[in-house]
Amino acid sequence: MSVTAAEARTATETPPSLVRRNWKSAITPVVLVLLVVALLSFVRSQKLDTIEQNNLALPYIFQKTWEHVELTLAGTILVLIIALPLGVALTRKGARYASPVVLILANIGQAAPAVGIIVLFAVAYQIGFWTAVVALTVYGVLPSLRNTMVGIQQVDPALIDAGRGIGMSAGGVLAKVELPLAVPVILGGVRTTLVLMVGNAAIATFINGGGLGDIVVAGINNQRPLILITGSVMIAVLALLIDWLGGLLTQVFSPRGL
Amino acid sequence: MSDTSTHTGVPIELENVTKQYTSAGLAAVDDLTMSIPAGKIVVLLGPSGCGKTTTMRLINRLIEPTSGRIMIGDTDARAQEPNELRRGIGYVIQQAGLFPHMTVATNIAQVPQMRRCDKQRISTRVDELLELVGLDVAQFRGRYPRQLSGGQQQRVGVARALAADPSVLLMDEPFGALDPITRERLQDELLRLQEELGKTIVFVTHDIDEALRIGDKIAILNKGSKIAQYASPAEILANPASEYVEQFIGSGSAMRLLNFSKVADVELGQVAQVGPDDDVARIRETIDGADTPYALVVDGDRRPTGWVTSDGIEGRTGTADELATPIETTIPARATLQEAMEGLLSAENDVVPVTRGHGEYLGVVSLGTIQQELADLKERQKERRQHERVGAADGGDSA
Repeated sequence: MSVTAAEARTATETPPSLVRRNWKSAITPVVLVLLVVALLSFVRSQKLDTIEQNNLALPYIFQKTWEHVELTLAGTILVLIIALPLGVALTRKGARYASPVVLILANIGQAAPAVGIIVLFAVAYQIGFWTAVVALTVYGVLPSLRNTMVGIQQVDPALIDAGRGIGMSAGGVLAKVELPLAVPVILGGVRTTLVLMVGNAAIATFINGGGLGDIVVAGINNQRPLILITGSVMIAVLALLIDWLGGLLTQVFSPRGL
Repeated sequence: MSDTSTHTGVPIELENVTKQYTSAGLAAVDDLTMSIPAGKIVVLLGPSGCGKTTTMRLINRLIEPTSGRIMIGDTDARAQEPNELRRGIGYVIQQAGLFPHMTVATNIAQVPQMRRCDKQRISTRVDELLELVGLDVAQFRGRYPRQLSGGQQQRVGVARALAADPSVLLMDEPFGALDPITRERLQDELLRLQEELGKTIVFVTHDIDEALRIGDKIAILNKGSKIAQYASPAEILANPASEYVEQFIGSGSAMRLLNFSKVADVELGQVAQVGPDDDVARIRETIDGADTPYALVVDGDRRPTGWVTSDGIEGRTGTADELATPIETTIPARATLQEAMEGLLSAENDVVPVTRGHGEYLGVVSLGTIQQELADLKERQKERRQHERVGAADGGDSA
């Protein structure tokens, strides 16, 4: 490994502290919160009819937002429970032959229209929150699964050889070398999953799963643009906020020294 | 573990070791038998694909042999649990293979940690090792590998391999990716370390110069890890066992040989000597009695101090010490012929005294002496080739 002058320079600099690094990234949530405040104050300043009053009452909006967050988190946790162990297993010697098959299945999950999946599940099972969560999981598993695999596969084979060579067990190499080095890529996948989930959790409304989709659909059905816009903006803000949070987590949990 | 090293090397024996990847294909290692003496650096040298790395990896069972036996000291490598075996064998690879997400100290501490050594002891051990490989403890302990130069990374790699004080060290082209200057420096440091530690080191390289520089013994390998020649560097240069070896060491082997022949092994010339207090008459007498028109002034401790010449004392008076031209260059007997040549080229005179110990006079060397040595070498090589040809014509089993 040749060390260029530029590399040598960065080598002597101490990395900026976590606080200083994140000062700028704090702008995003501030702007997003201001946006929501502005939107809600605008809504309150308008003369609302009964339908609008029902759908745009603050407690109702917050309740739907919270349902939306619940859908997203529950789906993401399920994805993690499936994707992380599966991703690790598929990179192990002996299971590699299975990885194309699993990836195809995951691809189908994502390629199929989300509305189709959710309705299919509702028909096959029942309507409601948990069916929506399962459908979202099928839809969102691919990025996390693929990134877990890619993250582990991109670890320099020389490092694995070095680990085995100094006497680490296969599990030791996985825990001490492969997984830590794969963390940034894996978290990138989780972040993508999260954002996908926030966007698609809106369709849970079609099977009575709750969430901000309820507000959006009410806006469409009753031809009230204000309701529609409020619901949509809330979803967008939530997605951006969660993406920001994901970025923060990636920074915090990525190993230092990379 | 308070001392830097308590375990010196143990011998390694490979007995009829074969590694076959597919049952039909050629063996990567084909029935190799080789003994690696304790405390020596043995270099496995050969072109890529000859099986040298495979051979090395068989020793710590990163690759399991198809058949054969490998003894490390008194124990059969196969009798031990592989991970435990590897923890007891230092392992250094190209570009060091340091874990980028761990600090230098954590990297070095890996093996002691796996062996559940106590924290305090590991910490002192890490400091010891950093010092041993020439890295400043305060400066480097907490750094990440990315913040180090290639040479520094490889030093840490060596420290990590030595952490558990193994008796055997396996090094797989450790300096291959370094620039020539750093490589040479690290080679020197490895030799210095080895003098201190006396480990058994198996060193894989494809660089003939590196092999000659650091190897106590070199095994030149052909396809299938067949040993073409297994001998000391000087022996390989002087008597390459086959055309393959000759090809491998390439042209300039005679020049390289100058690096391995010591001045002490060469037949030195002798010149007339005078004492520092001898007068002109005595010097004249000595020079007239000798073949050369000059004499060497040697002091009471038998140290050469100057030259007196026939022309230089003509019509003058005084002692030899006063009349002599002082000597600026002498060549120590332990110098290599190449160093002697460099000395001769930079010296004012054509003849330079050779000394031993604390500068005691032994004889003189001139370019002629070295020329004679080279001529002898050539003669020996010619004889050997002729001998080979005769052997082949007789249907000998030299193949």
